Amino acid sequence: MKEVFIGAANIITSLGFTTAENMERMKAGETGIRHWNDKSLSPVPFWASRIDDSLLQKIFSIYADPRDFTRFEQMVICSVMGALKNSSVPSGDKRTLFILSTTKGNIDLLKNDMVRPGEGNRIYLWKSAEALQNFFSFINRPLIISNACISGLMAIIAGSRYIRTGAFDHVIVTGADIVSEFVLSGFNSFLSLCDGPCRPFDKNRQGLSLGEGAGTIILSSSKPGKEESRQIRAGFGFTSNDANHISGPSRTGEGLYRAIRKTLEHNPVQVDYISAHGTATPYNDEMESIALTRAGLQSIPVNSFKGYWGHTLGAAGVIESIAGVYSLQENILFNTLGCNDPGTENPISVIGNTHKAEVKSCLKIASGFGGCNAALILHK
Amino acid sequence: MEQLIAKLKAEIIEVLNLTEMTPDDIDADKPLFVEGLGLDSIDALELIVLLEKKYGLKIGTAEEGKTVLRSVRSMADFITANNKG
Amino acid sequence: MRKEEYIISDFCIIRNNRAIVNGELIFSAPRHNTAAFLTALYRHLDVGYAKFFKMDSLCKLGFLASELILRKHDPILPDQADDTGLILANAASSIDSDRNHQRSIADHDAYFPSPSVFVYTLANIVAGEISIRHKLHGENAFFIDRQFDPVRMHAYATQLFDEDIIKRCLMGWVELDGDRYEAVLYFIQKSAGHKDGIAIFEPGKLNDIYLQGSDLWNN
Repeated sequence: MKEVFIGAANIITSLGFTTAENMERMKAGETGIRHWNDKSLSPVPFWASRIDDSLLQKIFSIYADPRDFTRFEQMVICSVMGALKNSSVPSGDKRTLFILSTTKGNIDLLKNDMVRPGEGNRIYLWKSAEALQNFFSFINRPLIISNACISGLMAIIAGSRYIRTGAFDHVIVTGADIVSEFVLSGFNSFLSLCDGPCRPFDKNRQGLSLGEGAGTIILSSSKPGKEESRQIRAGFGFTSNDANHISGPSRTGEGLYRAIRKTLEHNPVQVDYISAHGTATPYNDEMESIALTRAGLQSIPVNSFKGYWGHTLGAAGVIESIAGVYSLQENILFNTLGCNDPGTENPISVIGNTHKAEVKSCLKIASGFGGCNAALILHK
Repeated sequence: MEQLIAKLKAEIIEVLNLTEMTPDDIDADKPLFVEGLGLDSIDALELIVLLEKKYGLKIGTAEEGKTVLRSVRSMADFITANNKG
Repeated sequence: MRKEEYIISDFCIIRNNRAIVNGELIFSAPRHNTAAFLTALYRHLDVGYAKFFKMDSLCKLGFLASELILRKHDPILPDQADDTGLILANAASSIDSDRNHQRSIADHDAYFPSPSVFVYTLANIVAGEISIRHKLHGENAFFIDRQFDPVRMHAYATQLFDEDIIKRCLMGWVELDGDRYEAVLYFIQKSAGHKDGIAIFEPGKLNDIYLQGSDLWNN
């Protein structure tokens, strides 16, 4: 079995258009979650993390005509280009696969399509992926993973398996989702949006903040040429279903615990740091604390990135994994922004300030609607 | 009050897709959640939408919802108390 | 190169208001619309699962296909829950529920998004419903693709078999878009120690089965 080396990456969020920019602003304790009054997205004001539209258009215009691609696709293209810029991976090679992770893709087209059918056929994710394939001249048809909020992490796990088994030499994994009226209204009906920036693992957490983003991470079977000290590998990862409820997290953290257990069994490393899902809803964060405690990881430093970027759905697993890779490379642990007073019934070791720490491995976990859960080890 | 309770039972069956139940199957005083009808978290949220859509009454938090949605009768009391029944 | 041989032990096709398991017609209701057909099939099977009526049409379709196939096959035992995979794909994602949700927010003056509709605006919820019903805790995956691709699905499942992540698998295509729907599910397991399957687990056979159903429809 081959090793899976992590190469170039890119993050596009409200906090910047490169990984470096995002990391610098996070080190400075900035949040991208703002208050919005935008009737095109919601009849009532809301908090969310949104990408600067004019900046996106400006950057995208370097690559193609913005009229030919939707906002979601522009984000994906900018992110992939951002990663490829720092990579020698042959994107147009038959030994390279592109995996796209998204929950709702071009869902903002649905409104118009229902009035003028056929106008929004890029609502079909495979059609959108086709447009992306043509743009990049990928030889292989993109693999599209749409598995709720674990999509991004699942995409990295799937990509790693393809590399390990020798099916492909390189896998470009991109996760992306936009902030849309469709999703905002849905989470509103669940009463699960926070009236302010979200507070992961906080005693008084009240709900999540939505965010939009695109993240790209390139996996390879050969070392991308980095110095060994900065070379991070993707280990084994697993998914598991709670088999309990389609939206409510399992009270025993069943699926997440099983995914973590399988991950720990297969990766012969000690976990130095955990990047949790931490959406800041009362139930999710509690469920994660239960699963981590059952797995014996309650004393391992853990954080959530949702306070910086909001919940970026299909992008979350990718951009948060990139942040995990950065943490390992720089030996830094990020503060759980938004958490002032950790309070889950099962106490876990929430990271309360950004500081240097020697970390050799990171356990990344995620959970989503449909009872799905995923876990993966990233390590030096 | 009894008329409102009968109406609520029918509405509950409709919005929660309790297709194989009739209004007679629902006891107005038994708990709707945990025991009794054994409804779940999505059902609770759906009943909150029902109260707003059909009766113009807003429930802002899950906590408030717990009290109001305890039983069909507590829902009817809430509606009547707000002069909407 | 592969250590074990795998077989397609059972398959289920639901199309054109007909439900077929291992080539045998189980139920048909040609004149119903989709919603009525799915309910009629549910009642015919005497499932006794009230949550069925809360599901959207895509989930009802996937649920019934899994019900049919797992009735034919031996039930999944508790100690098999962790290594039974569930790999599904479709082209239209959850478009049916997406449209319903979009309708509920079309008018800002009558703005009542429904949580029980919104929760179904994710295609992988089908996998969730099947997992809940049959207590499956194993690897779940949901892919979007233009059409059923037996080569890709076979490769993905084989990878999981080869890495010993799963020992058996329920996989296939569950698609619903307006009036068009089809579900083709396969049960895959190791050949050793089991009854003869329908066929060897390989892309050509998956494709034959997928098309086999559609031939019938031309009668």
